Amino acid sequence: MEYVIVGNSAAAVGAIEGIRQIDREGRITVISSEKHHTYSRPLISYLIQGKTDRQRMKYRQDSFYDDFGCRTVFNKTAVAIDRESKKLFLEDGEAVSYDKLLMASGSSPFIPPMTGLETVSKHFSFMSLDDAEALEKALFPEAKVLIIGAGLIGLKCAEGIAAVTGKITVIDLAPRILSSILDDEGAQIVQAHLEKQGIDFRLGVSVKRFASNKAELTSGENMHFDILVTAVGVRPNVGLIKGAGGEIDKGIVVNERMETTIPDIYAAGDCAVSYDLSSDTRRILALLPNAYSGGYAAGIAMAGGEPPELKSMPMNAIGFFGLHIITAGTYDGEVFETKEGENYKKLFYSNDALRGFIMIGNADKAGIYTAMIREKTPLSSIDFELICGKPSLMAFSRSYRDQKLGGKTHEN
Amino acid sequence: MKRVYVNEDWCLGCHLCEYNCAFANSGKKDMAIALRDIKIRPNIRVETDGKICFAVSCRHCDEPFCVTNCISGALTKKDGIISIDKEKCVGCYTCVLSCPYGAITPAESGIMQKCELCTQNGGVPMCVNGCPNNAIVFEER
Repeated sequence: MEYVIVGNSAAAVGAIEGIRQIDREGRITVISSEKHHTYSRPLISYLIQGKTDRQRMKYRQDSFYDDFGCRTVFNKTAVAIDRESKKLFLEDGEAVSYDKLLMASGSSPFIPPMTGLETVSKHFSFMSLDDAEALEKALFPEAKVLIIGAGLIGLKCAEGIAAVTGKITVIDLAPRILSSILDDEGAQIVQAHLEKQGIDFRLGVSVKRFASNKAELTSGENMHFDILVTAVGVRPNVGLIKGAGGEIDKGIVVNERMETTIPDIYAAGDCAVSYDLSSDTRRILALLPNAYSGGYAAGIAMAGGEPPELKSMPMNAIGFFGLHIITAGTYDGEVFETKEGENYKKLFYSNDALRGFIMIGNADKAGIYTAMIREKTPLSSIDFELICGKPSLMAFSRSYRDQKLGGKTHEN
Repeated sequence: MKRVYVNEDWCLGCHLCEYNCAFANSGKKDMAIALRDIKIRPNIRVETDGKICFAVSCRHCDEPFCVTNCISGALTKKDGIISIDKEKCVGCYTCVLSCPYGAITPAESGIMQKCELCTQNGGVPMCVNGCPNNAIVFEER
């Protein structure tokens, strides 16, 4: 059996580990346009901060590809698929035959068209190790950095480079920061915390035009900068599947076995559409945990096994300068809210189930809430008032605890 | 596979397991010196409401969300035991988001810590060793 994987990040690693659960013999080829050993993308801001290094940020051990019997083809981009002859073509013309192919091609930074952007000489994205190293090289103390995008990537970038330069301005079209994971009140807490660290914000604005080192904002303000980082969003890399005639709906469409609409081609991770159990919708969930789990399920399915049921939903753990934020699920339904200084919590519930939550500051035992969303725990079966106060196992039934802590069954 | 199991009816809520855990993981030889003037950060924690009490530590799950969700590859499961590589961990809290028991917590440094069944401390969990009432046991089930 010839397994071929396009990509070398979390979904690819998940697939390799999944395939080897079932098939110890088949050949696995990993193709990556990057030249690096598999590494954790979300750690690039920690790399600039000095909280990790290139060795420690490897997502798996040095011997990973040997341990799992993989051939690697790095620093080469796959450019086309011939679904009839089951061949994948690389940029240098090489054709790689596959029996089972996985697209774990991830996503790419989306750079919206902006007038005069081509006149900016120091312009970076912040997605890959190469991006981070290029940005780090360009940085210097007192460098004025303009970051477009106050989302997860833009703000992690701001935190990462804050150790080098204190002159960071973040702008966003949205009226609040982290608009994809926070509500207004939560966003205000985090923004105030970041401002205390010297990061400036301009919200509800965009760049009208660039002229070399100057940005004219829609508010009329002119901003001078030395370095520009665009972190507006990401787009799934769907080109190969689109080219081969596979169905695309925002991302690559897959079924519960992670199969695309093209026979023997699978997809997982940022490039594929996932089922979000918290909102009962199919959507892109560009999150590392989701990529790993989807890749693992794909690997099992590719090797002929029965893949585990995926329990995906939006979930994020992110921190800035010591302030932690944990969010999960969908912000829909009735609300329970508490706020005390920087500690903020909001729970969303409906139809006898927890649907989503936001925790800022004190995030102790947040996973108990996450599990309640995932398992759709009936709120009528637990002490809801108690668990609103703080996540605890005390709020669950005695039989639940006997099962989970007392080992009365072997489930987990 | 031996695990730490809870006998809820027998827990006195004395918190000795927490102190023994903190001592076992302190790297110090004397308990008084190890725990003097510090706020302990044990890997086993007693939940209590005044009437009911029980100790919670890592279940070393069959389906370990902390491991599959870990963004740095710091959490791994080998021979049934989930352990953390503190060199790789960056303290992002994805495991706190993921653990259904609240059993992973930050150390003083901000890097995460968890129960590893005292594999680095002689192999017998010290929380169990010091429990005066068999409210936690280390056994095969």
